[in-house]
Amino acid sequence: MATIVLKGGRVIDSTGERTADVVIADDGRIAAVGPDLSGDRILDAGGCVVSPGLVDLHSHLRQPGQEEAETVETGARGAALGGYTCILAMPNTIPAIDHAGLVREVLELGRTAPCDVRTSGAITVGRAGEQLAPLGEMAELGVRFFTDDGAGVADTRLMRRAMEYAGGLAGQSVVLAQHCEDPALAGGGHMHEGEWSSRLGIPGQPAEAEELMVMRDLALARLTGTRVHFQHLSTAGSIAMVRAAKASGLAVTCEATTHHFTLTHAECASYDPVFKVNPPLRTDVDVAAVRAGLADGAIDCIATDHAPHTQEAKEAAFDQAPPGMLGLQTALALAITELELPLAEVLALLSWQPARILGVDDEHGIPIAKGNPANLTVIDPAATWVVDPAAMASRSRNTPYAGRTLTGQVRHTLLFGEPVVIDGQAQR
Amino acid sequence: MKHLLSIAELTRADIEQVHKLTDSFAEVSRRSIPKVPALRGKNVVWLFYEDSTRTRLSFEQAAKRLSADTMTFSVGSSSVKKGESLRDTVLTIEAMGVDAIVVRHASAGVPWQIATWLDDRVSVVNAGDGWHEHPTQALLDSYTIREERGSLDGMHIGIVGDIKHSRVARSDVLAYTMLGAQVTLIAPPTLLPPSLEGWPVQVSHDLDAVLPTLDVAYLLRMQQERMTEYLVPSLREYTARYGLTLRRVDALRDDALVMHPGPMNRGVEISAEVADLPRSVIIDQVRNGVATRMAVLYLLLGQGADRVLDSDDITVPELQEVVG
Repeated sequence: MATIVLKGGRVIDSTGERTADVVIADDGRIAAVGPDLSGDRILDAGGCVVSPGLVDLHSHLRQPGQEEAETVETGARGAALGGYTCILAMPNTIPAIDHAGLVREVLELGRTAPCDVRTSGAITVGRAGEQLAPLGEMAELGVRFFTDDGAGVADTRLMRRAMEYAGGLAGQSVVLAQHCEDPALAGGGHMHEGEWSSRLGIPGQPAEAEELMVMRDLALARLTGTRVHFQHLSTAGSIAMVRAAKASGLAVTCEATTHHFTLTHAECASYDPVFKVNPPLRTDVDVAAVRAGLADGAIDCIATDHAPHTQEAKEAAFDQAPPGMLGLQTALALAITELELPLAEVLALLSWQPARILGVDDEHGIPIAKGNPANLTVIDPAATWVVDPAAMASRSRNTPYAGRTLTGQVRHTLLFGEPVVIDGQAQR
Repeated sequence: MKHLLSIAELTRADIEQVHKLTDSFAEVSRRSIPKVPALRGKNVVWLFYEDSTRTRLSFEQAAKRLSADTMTFSVGSSSVKKGESLRDTVLTIEAMGVDAIVVRHASAGVPWQIATWLDDRVSVVNAGDGWHEHPTQALLDSYTIREERGSLDGMHIGIVGDIKHSRVARSDVLAYTMLGAQVTLIAPPTLLPPSLEGWPVQVSHDLDAVLPTLDVAYLLRMQQERMTEYLVPSLREYTARYGLTLRRVDALRDDALVMHPGPMNRGVEISAEVADLPRSVIIDQVRNGVATRMAVLYLLLGQGADRVLDSDDITVPELQEVVG
């Protein structure tokens, strides 16, 4: 029986912090946690933090349909290198993941990937916002998270019915998630509407385009009692509304992306489409609000909105290029570098809190204790590194952080006990 | 100067140097044979992704008077229709050997992208990018005001109409204020940019109130499609509130100028009678456009252009020799 021991690290999970070695048995579960443990194979964790693996609620894996930009396998490899043990594929593939057949295909592609790949399902057929997708048949295959991400469900009546219907799915804790964007107000906008869009002559979309849909869906959550999750909230107004709704007892959760707490719309002055993303980069005030929301619990988790695009797609005029930026390999380091939060809180936002929202907290983000699945990541919180787009596992290169020096590096990642990343190198 | 991408990148001294050089080229344009060998052997290509008649012709005339060779990349009949990317088009043109690319594109920022892709090996002139900038228009507009009134210092210039979608307005605001003028934007709120933070301007929604204080009334073209975007109820209402009619023009001071970048919608933003008044310098703008673009092309491509720029005494050696 071959065992692995993570030696010399500081363990941090949802139960607290302690200095301990971690032994993993060959069944992929944790066999022991404590001082001075030994095993057949030693993975050095000296000076490092041993954490439950990270969980991303927002990965665009582009398969099927845009395999030149990313595949389930390459996206999962980047995720493992970024410290993730579980990622959630978004359904805006071509065709959209809106029925059981495509759910099966993506889950099948994920089976051999170096990360636990789950998939979301579309709320409406073809993400067209016109007809309810077969949520029940997708839920039976394990889908717990439904969204038309890339667009919001604009039809209020349809959204109401989706929420009501989802409430009856086999007692499962299904989440309806929304990309909040009022299409009439946002339509034709390629960046945040404000000082910079006005100066640069780029059509903008106002913060209120997001906030109107947040406001509406809070009302629908109250009406239907269904759990709602707000994706990639980017404005001070959205975050204030969610904070107030939570205080009033409404069962809502939300996420924010790394780019919405690190970059502002001023970046668009370069006209480089690598800074084009949706929701768009906003103002200093919004960035401060996202940071405050992450600190005070208004925002439940950090998501990547990892959105690979090929070089040719991004080598277009700003208003013609597709929105989106890479995120899986930079999220942890950006959070450590940029957020003035204790590491335990950063890990809560990246691991156990998103795991609970997705309902995977029986396997991911779970306390590091005997008998639990060994989905772990070992992080050197003091190591610095320079972001190099060419060195990323993604098939795409569209990171806005090229050349930036970040603090915090993933050393090892273990997926159900298997070391899929050792010393920063992907093992498969 | 390697490129002319925006007025925002220029200083007051830069603009004044272009104006002085424009004086010299205006003189060339008045000669019986208005042609000099200043850019002989230089090749300029027109890369127009958006329809343009006057700007393209004006640049073409300017290049020919400087003896440059020109080529036109016509988007409608080119490989763009076959799916060629902007970057490939630009690299292809560069490989043929050109000295400057004059580009117009419906998307803001394209001239910057082109300059980046070419790694500054070829000069890029922005002939209008989306709603963003149209720097040669602002240079010729400010030159025209200077020609008529000596200086822009202390002038009050009103820009009237669809400022939101106007690259001319964005460049003009920067150039006029840099040269010491005060600018008021006059438009319904729907036709103003969503934010004017950082813009050195005043705003009015009442043309009649501002007219008596103006030295220049600069009118922008009002496009038919703005009605379908709910920006104004009708052209009729727009004209009633913001059109420079014969009745309104009397409110202007005697020496106030009327300007328009063209093409005009007579009867919408400007009445036919007003367009034809002596105070209307719209045709002078077009004439000055050629000399301004000669100055710009010379500054970017001419021998010793840097020396000319640094000197107060503008003498261009190549201007002495007339091409027979």
